[in-house]
Amino acid sequence: MTSATSTRATPEPGRRIRWADMGPFLALALVIVIGTLINSNFVSGTNIANVVTRSAFIAIIAVGATFVISSGCLDLSVGSMMAFVTGIMILTMNRLEPSMGANAILVGAAVGLVVGAACGLLNGLIVTLGKIEPFIVTLGTMGIFRALITWLSDGGSIPIARELRDPYRPVYFGNLFGVPLPVVITLIVVLAGAFILYRTKYGRRCMAAGSNSDVARFSGVSVAWVRTLAYVIQGLCVAIAAICYIPRLGAATPTTGALWELQVITAVVIGGTLLRGGKARIWGTVAGALILEVIANLMVMSNFVSEYLVAAVQGVIIILAMLAHRFIR
Amino acid sequence: MTAPLPKTLTGDPAAPVALRAEGLGKAYGPITVLSDITLDIVAGEVHAIIGENGAGKSTLMKLLSAHVQPSLGHLSMAGQRVDFPDAVAAEEAGVVLVHQEILLAPDLTVAQNLYLGRELGGWLGVDDHRMDARTTEVLASIGAHCGPRDRVSDLPLAQRQLVQIARALLDDRKVVIFDEPTAVLANDEVAALLDVVRGLRDRGVAVLYISHRLDEVEALADRVTVLRDGRMIGTWAGHDLSQRQMAELMVGRELEMLYPPKRPPVTAAPILVVSDLEVDHGAVHAGLTLHPGEVLGIGGMIGSGRTELFEGLMGLRPAHAGRITMAGQDITRRSVRDWMAAGLVYLTEDRKGKGLLLDEPMARNLTLQALDNVHPGFVTKARNEMALLERSVAEYDIRVRSLGLEAGQLSGGNQQKLLLAKVMLVDPQVIIIDEPTRGIDIGNKSQIYDFIDSLVRAGKAVIVVSSELPELVGLSDRVLVMRMGRIVAELHGDRITEQNVVFAATSTEAGDQRETVANQTRQEEP
Ligand SMILES: Nc1ncnc2c1ncn2[C@@H]1O[C@H](COP(=O)(O)OP(=O)(O)OP(=O)(O)O)[C@@H](O)[C@H]1O
Ligand SMILES: [Mg+2]
Repeated sequence: MTSATSTRATPEPGRRIRWADMGPFLALALVIVIGTLINSNFVSGTNIANVVTRSAFIAIIAVGATFVISSGCLDLSVGSMMAFVTGIMILTMNRLEPSMGANAILVGAAVGLVVGAACGLLNGLIVTLGKIEPFIVTLGTMGIFRALITWLSDGGSIPIARELRDPYRPVYFGNLFGVPLPVVITLIVVLAGAFILYRTKYGRRCMAAGSNSDVARFSGVSVAWVRTLAYVIQGLCVAIAAICYIPRLGAATPTTGALWELQVITAVVIGGTLLRGGKARIWGTVAGALILEVIANLMVMSNFVSEYLVAAVQGVIIILAMLAHRFIR
Repeated sequence: MTAPLPKTLTGDPAAPVALRAEGLGKAYGPITVLSDITLDIVAGEVHAIIGENGAGKSTLMKLLSAHVQPSLGHLSMAGQRVDFPDAVAAEEAGVVLVHQEILLAPDLTVAQNLYLGRELGGWLGVDDHRMDARTTEVLASIGAHCGPRDRVSDLPLAQRQLVQIARALLDDRKVVIFDEPTAVLANDEVAALLDVVRGLRDRGVAVLYISHRLDEVEALADRVTVLRDGRMIGTWAGHDLSQRQMAELMVGRELEMLYPPKRPPVTAAPILVVSDLEVDHGAVHAGLTLHPGEVLGIGGMIGSGRTELFEGLMGLRPAHAGRITMAGQDITRRSVRDWMAAGLVYLTEDRKGKGLLLDEPMARNLTLQALDNVHPGFVTKARNEMALLERSVAEYDIRVRSLGLEAGQLSGGNQQKLLLAKVMLVDPQVIIIDEPTRGIDIGNKSQIYDFIDSLVRAGKAVIVVSSELPELVGLSDRVLVMRMGRIVAELHGDRITEQNVVFAATSTEAGDQRETVANQTRQEEP
């Protein structure tokens, strides 16, 4: 087709910095500056490493949640799922330890990944095949996973075998060229997540499904498949977090991962991902997880506010973040 | 130009101006989309705004109703400058815009939508009785066929449009702005709407009216203002301009023949055969055959099940029974993806709801359907996409000032072209187009028709679902007419006329009146 009065189109003017996208990182910087002012110990190398390491669990799970949320769904079960997967892994390792020795850790981790993926698949299939609201489905499975770990541990705790403690320890406490291992693992997960979400066809379809599922369907995208896979990715992320978590406390209990789902969703949302789907910000999610942990750390270190109020402050943060979103746009 | 143009109108000091635009301009960043618009909108007149896709009509209407703030110039009412901070303020002053897009809460009832934010009742309760009564009244006055308690999500597109209009007419208005109100309406609904517009005018309301259907403009408009590339070409008295003159003023050149010449009859074996397809709430016992090299038109009233039939055929809504073969291969009960792989695509009539991701950039929209073709591997490459976008923008003449725009920032007609480019990217053999030229200006219409013609001449097959009779008749080699979910007639050659289509689409005995044609075995008795 040709035309007489076509207007000349200019190509896309490179990548522009959008302030709204920078928000989470600016907020993180702000929290760090405040932290430095409040307590000079805050910026000490050990403390920073400590904070970043501790944020690893939420960050890893939140990467998975970014997939689920940007595809237009929600997963409330991640905290319970984390406890359940941790329990299964420890039981497996303990059972295999007598025959396999330290190798039981590897097998246990593999089993954890499979179980995590299976839990995610379960969530995903109920949501997509059963056509039930993700909120309801994962509220249900949240209760199921939590009950299962309570039952497995008989209301107490499932400790890891003494013989495995030492070989397993480095996964949380070790480091690679000075960088704590959980941080290295988080980085790998985040890079992989960013790659999948921004650079692959699956990522494109995932965001299309969240942006407008009708358009996606009419464009030949299998929305059910895309969402199910997002839940599986979420399950895998939970399992990876569990692998890093076990050496830290050495046991699974009925309260492992309690209320983590809220922290995870908070991290994702203050990171700039839209809760209604369609826009995902993986790096923002990481910033969100760091913000939460930094604030908790500051409150423990300083004496102005009781650390019992950590959740309250985090609640305020999420609301402020949403307000900022609204007005910066 | 065919005939010498009549004189443009200049400001008439005696006219009762309801709203005046003085030197309005609008720019988005470096992109100027409107400049220097000075316009009198006179009470008791219908003022039509016409122009090509992307000329800036919708933008101008949004400026007048304060949905968007001008970069330059201002509005005045009754000789006083007014600066509406937002659309609510404009509505309070009596200026209301009926949107081109449908903006209703789908889960609320019609009455609830009408009164959303201004419910009647005491400080606590709501007076459903009064609201329902008034809703019924307003709906009746515009010829809508729905009730106050119907849920909006259950209504077809055309009825939703009427609900949207009813919402704007609930209170007394000084200026009512319609942006392509008839794009989704059937003929009788159009007639009813034109009566609504006339009624408003006779009550002394100033009506602004945008439409690409120039026959409506000719029938309605007291004044016609032409926009081209964001500038005002002039304002004329409605009765001074012929449709042809309007069209030529819009595009700034003479127009060629609208419809391509008909093609020779096809002889090839059918490429698509559908039999006995049942679509929930849609089609019953539907069957059709399609040959390479032909345009098969699908006529019928809005709501006759045409869209449902094809959505069901494509697996986009629940369908049962039936057998679908393409190029001899049985591909019944497959997914859209399999269909695409087999070379069949469907272009939806609902480009905003089902066609485009409005807040995603053009490039992503363009390649969404063809991701597997565009990126054979696992990863996506932005550079390929931009190159493709540049090519499609040129090929389909999508008029945008920047390739980085989001789909929702394109004008309606350009969205339609982007949608066309999107489905064509999978290189289909059979293309089903639902309302191919909805919202497309007259100059671009013939481009789309030529495009369809070139497709079938290249041996592809096209199904065109259209509510525009001239288009159906001008374009199709064969026409199937649907009524109440059934295919009730098949028209060939000379029998393809507007009268025959209308007769088959409306006649209650169409089941008996059906045109029976050689080699036709598909239609079942109702
Ligand atoms: N938010 C925006 N940012 C950038 N450009 C925009 C934006 N909104 C509209 N435009 C541009 O303004 C121009 C005019 O658009 P407008 O919607 O007013 O056209 P129109 O005359 O209504 O066309 P149509 O007949 O296709 O509906 C288009 O080129 C469009 O891309
Ligand atoms: Mg428009």
